[in-house]
Amino acid sequence: MTTATFLVQCLNAVQYGLLLFLVASGLTLIFGIMGVINLAHGSFYMLGAYLAFALAPWFGDWFLMRLVAGVALAAIFGYLLEWVFFSFLYERDHLQQVLLTYALILVFEELRSLAVGNDVHGVAAPAWLAGGFHLGGLMEYPWYRVFASAACLVVALALYAVVNRTRLGMMIRAGASNRDMVRGLGVDIRRLYRIVFAGGVALAALAGMIAAPLSSVYPGMGSSVLIICFVVVVIGGIGSITGALVASLLVGFVDTFGKVFFAEWSGVGVYVLMAIVLVWRPEGLMKRGF
Amino acid sequence: MKTFRIACAAIGAASFLIAAPAFPQGASGPIKVGLMLPYSGTYAGLGNAIENGFKLYVQEQGGKLAGREIQYFKVDDESEPSKGTDNVNKLIKRDNVDVLVGTVHSGVALAMAKAAKDSNTLLIIPNAGADAITGPMCSANIVRSSFSNWQPGYAMGVVAAQKGVKRAMTITWNYAAGTESTKGFTEGLEKGGGKVIKDLNLPFPNVEFQALLTEIAAQKPDAVYAFFAGGGAVKFVKDYAAAGLDKSIPLYGPGFLTDGTLEAQGASAQKMLTTLHYADNLDTPRNNAFRKAYALAYKAQADVYAVQGYDAAQILANGLKAVGGDLTKRDALAAAMRKTVVDSPRGKFTLSAAGNPVQDIYLRQVNGNNNELRSIAVKALADPARGCKL
Repeated sequence: MTTATFLVQCLNAVQYGLLLFLVASGLTLIFGIMGVINLAHGSFYMLGAYLAFALAPWFGDWFLMRLVAGVALAAIFGYLLEWVFFSFLYERDHLQQVLLTYALILVFEELRSLAVGNDVHGVAAPAWLAGGFHLGGLMEYPWYRVFASAACLVVALALYAVVNRTRLGMMIRAGASNRDMVRGLGVDIRRLYRIVFAGGVALAALAGMIAAPLSSVYPGMGSSVLIICFVVVVIGGIGSITGALVASLLVGFVDTFGKVFFAEWSGVGVYVLMAIVLVWRPEGLMKRGF
Repeated sequence: MKTFRIACAAIGAASFLIAAPAFPQGASGPIKVGLMLPYSGTYAGLGNAIENGFKLYVQEQGGKLAGREIQYFKVDDESEPSKGTDNVNKLIKRDNVDVLVGTVHSGVALAMAKAAKDSNTLLIIPNAGADAITGPMCSANIVRSSFSNWQPGYAMGVVAAQKGVKRAMTITWNYAAGTESTKGFTEGLEKGGGKVIKDLNLPFPNVEFQALLTEIAAQKPDAVYAFFAGGGAVKFVKDYAAAGLDKSIPLYGPGFLTDGTLEAQGASAQKMLTTLHYADNLDTPRNNAFRKAYALAYKAQADVYAVQGYDAAQILANGLKAVGGDLTKRDALAAAMRKTVVDSPRGKFTLSAAGNPVQDIYLRQVNGNNNELRSIAVKALADPARGCKL
């Protein structure tokens, strides 16, 4: 492998890792801070992708407006969903959470089938991000992929700032470590959870919207993302945003180079990584809340 | 808790009552056809097209085959191989069907083939191309109305060699259908003097292709042969074009790469060459009549899956005609289904000893939202049926 190819592969790995982070960060927030195993997280990713598809005719080339509108819709949806379903789950055990969220997957898939049908649909990247730049030899690197990586980085930084530098973030971190104490200090924990959940859904939907032009939208797209996201969350340490970022990049590198060097075994690499991390650090790479 | 257990026991007992085998229907009463197809998930559209095609042929015969009414039993297989055996047994044991029709996913079809072989139930496979079904697992009571994975791949290999391809690469998901297809391509290409320098693969249904595209750009082959379907096919073709590779390295594939996905692939798939046993604009009276009837009945354009469903019904009908609709002559019926000449919209075809169509494979080119016929890639191509002892 030449140096140029190696560098391009590193770029691929980082780009894949960042996109993974965007989906997984929402999952780790909900899982780590609210203690809810949310199997429906993949469905929120799918929701975002289909929103990107459905909103496209309304916004034309106003791509960023479309993202904002989609994220707002998803956040409202998440807020309502927490109110109607998830708020009843916190005191229950994990099995009941799994049952409810699994049921939600089925409901969302069926609704998607009724509303949009089962065909694969393409979503166009905005005109100002069309094309690509040359990267050594034959290969062209699409601008949209660069944009996707940049967007993921911005979100990662924003998340870090909110969780570690604001009052809301402080309450979230406190709520994660001791729910009752936070309530005792006069914080409306129910409202706080509702906001966290809405934020988690919005993050997944944003990831779906950003990924839609790259991956197109198709039935069952959520479930493939869900598994790898749980891997990221477990490796990174449940509830840790920084951990999710490190784990996403690790998974990105293992997956990318696994495909190149060990084609036959490429599916295993990520899970071997997870096994090693769990043996080494059963709690994941980072502690929760950071 | 106790009432719960009692309720469970009652449900269990009741299901045994339902599962008790009914007496086989002989020469009267409706013929029970068990449709085991994907009605949910990625392949739901394919399952519906197959069912539509099957029912269209039955309706054209006045709703009866060989004078017998047809009664349908449906099971959604969810394209889930782990549930395949349970699902097929619902049809075989609970509904006691006479003929099984299914399915799309090769893994599920293998489970069906095993169950059909064990229970000696007639099985017509309207899509799943796993070579093994008409290879090592072949059986007198199993036929296929579609193709084997090897067939389009081999034909594309032959075409690529004719176009002067010396060094090629293949890329696919690491599962049976993909590797069988790329092996067919390799065989066809090597026969024409070319060589596959590297087989790339990734786990199903992973769609993160960027690393492998970089690898292709580094190796600079004369051509790339890709096997993907559904969402994966859309993404791969788009990524390939977005990486700028389509300008320098032609991308070939079996028809599944561009069938039913062209609207989503848009500009990135234009001018691509693929091989399949069907082409949308096949201009024969048979195909035109079929497409018109299908469009009238379902307000949708027929595709290759609809054709395969339609032909599955034809194979059954021809077999039934030969035995006068008498299902008690099971072995004669199975033999007649195999000997039939099917007047398919894709062109007439026969079945090999192993039960796979011996058919022309067409070379098609993408133009707009159509896979247009260019030429016949290989005439009357028969699957080698390796490992079949029939």
